[in-house]
Amino acid sequence: MDASTKKQLEVTAVKIRMGIIEGTYNAKSGHPGGSLSIAELLSYLYFKEMNIDPADPKKEDRDRFVLSKGHAAPALYAALANRGYFPVEDLKTLRKSDSYLQGHPNMNHVPGVDMSTGSLGQGVSAAVGFALASKLQGDKFRVYAVLGDGEIEEGQVWEAAMFAAAKHLNTLTVFVDNNNLQIDGTLEEVNSPYPIPEKFAAFGFNVIEIDGHDYDQIEAAVQAAKACADKPTAVIMKTVKGKGVSYMENAVNWHGAAPKEEQYHIAMDELNAALNALTA
Amino acid sequence: MADIIKTATRDAYGKALQELGEKNDKLIVLDADLAAATKTGMFKKAFPDRFIDCGIAEANMIGVAAGLAASGYTVFASSFAMFAAGRAFEQIRNTLGYPGINVKIGATHAGISVGEDGASHQCCEDIGLMRTIPGMTILNPADDIEARLAVLAAAESAGPVYMRFGRLAVPRVFDEDYKFEIGKGVYLNKGTDVTIIATGLLVERAIAAVELLKSRGISAALINMATIKPIDRDIILDAAKTTGCIVTAEEHNVIGGLGSAVAEVTAECCPVPVLRVGVEDTFGKSGPALELLEIFGLNAENIAAKAERAITLKNAR
Repeated sequence: MDASTKKQLEVTAVKIRMGIIEGTYNAKSGHPGGSLSIAELLSYLYFKEMNIDPADPKKEDRDRFVLSKGHAAPALYAALANRGYFPVEDLKTLRKSDSYLQGHPNMNHVPGVDMSTGSLGQGVSAAVGFALASKLQGDKFRVYAVLGDGEIEEGQVWEAAMFAAAKHLNTLTVFVDNNNLQIDGTLEEVNSPYPIPEKFAAFGFNVIEIDGHDYDQIEAAVQAAKACADKPTAVIMKTVKGKGVSYMENAVNWHGAAPKEEQYHIAMDELNAALNALTA
Repeated sequence: MADIIKTATRDAYGKALQELGEKNDKLIVLDADLAAATKTGMFKKAFPDRFIDCGIAEANMIGVAAGLAASGYTVFASSFAMFAAGRAFEQIRNTLGYPGINVKIGATHAGISVGEDGASHQCCEDIGLMRTIPGMTILNPADDIEARLAVLAAAESAGPVYMRFGRLAVPRVFDEDYKFEIGKGVYLNKGTDVTIIATGLLVERAIAAVELLKSRGISAALINMATIKPIDRDIILDAAKTTGCIVTAEEHNVIGGLGSAVAEVTAECCPVPVLRVGVEDTFGKSGPALELLEIFGLNAENIAAKAERAITLKNAR
């Protein structure tokens, strides 16, 4: 990836993070930690990779995106808004009773959302359904799903994985956001799904391990997935929960808590500084 | 006298899918390793490329159905009622119901007439579960004629539909020219003393109950209620007003099914005695299906007895 493209994506990731903070701060609730950890991935997919058109959100041959970890909706909404699906200003209405930006993604209300998600383990099955539809149409589009690392404790994820490999759904790429934290603690403290790469490999996936904040590695993984002709791909991304906001990084208490006013200003100051450094 | 035609509604389901498959090349059928039993095997044989076996993984099957339907396909997903409505309830609620996705669930082996497999497989809770999901349509046909028409109507409708079919071969109730409409109950008999509202395989037994009551000097109306949701409020209120008492009959727990749906309407708009024939909040057990239907009181005699009791309650008011 050339330097200017990378810088553009880095700027976009900061804007996504700002949207996450704006949304959760104004909502006084939501899930900033696991939203911040996927900002690089979403910026890459929505601004570099996916065949999509904000002016025609339902176009038939579009690539599909399923946020199986639906609680990271603030990140998805920020990516969609910055991509032009709806006004960035609307991110401040997140979770309000008169807003279309529900706490978890709703495909009928939000332009660009391909599948309603929120109940963990279910989105990935719908992504598998999309991939099956793609296969029935001659691999017409690609399908991307993002799973939480805690989410893969759900048995349904492995039903979906078994099916995707058995049916050779090579258009499917699932990303596991391995930030190592779930609500009740670290993954090991709660119910370890480790080793994650070995599990997906045993289920018949093409497995790639990357740093989920490194654009070169994200791009290489996505291109390798596209080159894999007979298997679905699982990209296990090592990430930092709360990435980009100093006091939220690797802190389990920021899974499902919103910044208060002082914390909001600290976060926005940090993100503005990051933006200025990139655009200076 | 011609022989009575007996067919299981699951057989009619399988045949109807095959019929639809010939007309609609965007039709896809999913199953969870039960194609021989749910009768989707007929579709599989005719259209192997459009039949997907999801294996013994019902939760995933519902999500796969959602992804396919959201890509423009008409999707039928099949399993036993226990594993469709029961095991995959939350997947149906969140991934089909909440977004209103166009998936039709073909749930066979409903009720205690599953027979010898016993309580673990005898789902008498599915209507109650499905009824609580906003926007869900629930169809429970009485015979093979109605089952076919219900499947065809479901395919034409938008949004999720739960179709309930039985394992047991049941006598044909309707003529070939029977008209079916989602959301409409149908009077099979008019009467003045009591109305029986029946669904599924209890319709045939309710017809027998009407004859039984007639022999005892009681005029019973009979409504076939194949659509449990949206429930036909107008026909229920008409029954309440014209006969002043109602008996419901279904192969389901008396909690949450047709009886509850009818009582909800009458309680709010026209309170009259409503007595329910159904499985009395208990689990089933193994045994031959016809024997079980007698043991659990899902028969003409019990319907008639409840009708007489309903009339007594009405007259005591």
